[in-house]
Amino acid sequence: MAMVAGEIEHLIKAKFPDALISIRDLAGDGDHFAAHVVTSAFKGKTRVQQHQMVYEALGGRMGDALHALALTTALPKD
Amino acid sequence: MSPQQDVQDWIRKTIAQNDVVLFMKGTGQMPQCGFSSQVAQILGHLGVDYKDINVLDDMGIRDGIKAFANWPTIPQLYVKGEFVGGCDIIREMFQAGELSQLFDEKGISYDKSKMTA
Repeated sequence: MAMVAGEIEHLIKAKFPDALISIRDLAGDGDHFAAHVVTSAFKGKTRVQQHQMVYEALGGRMGDALHALALTTALPKD
Repeated sequence: MSPQQDVQDWIRKTIAQNDVVLFMKGTGQMPQCGFSSQVAQILGHLGVDYKDINVLDDMGIRDGIKAFANWPTIPQLYVKGEFVGGCDIIREMFQAGELSQLFDEKGISYDKSKMTA
């Protein structure tokens, strides 16, 4: 079962309203995405925790409906 | 004790007894997934000794390791009993030179001539 980029963005945005999100559909098959998420919510969190927060926003779809999401996270630049 | 608890205990023991452990699909010699392969390649490139655990051999471990780290995907790299990350994080750390820095801090030996990509 594939997901569309807009759905992924919507789910992340719902959890982190200030997030800047860019998503690329890597293979054009709706199954392999790369996402870059920038939000102040990541402040003080380790990289592992930041990724866990995004996975949580995706509500268990990661590793299931979402086979491949290459994820990078960052704090907003001042 | 439930089988799930047995698996969690086994994971805890395995990462305590081995300095560097990679839970992966396939083996270090023969990875069976591109993401697992990338991490195995990075560790190979750095010349790090690691224990590879093929989660495809055991459904209990495959599910158990995801619960253990609260991490939905495989591969997963553990250094000195601590979860370091999956494919994206390890690649990012390697490229930034942070992975070799971590090995330095934890006293893991590697080939210092190959610190970054």
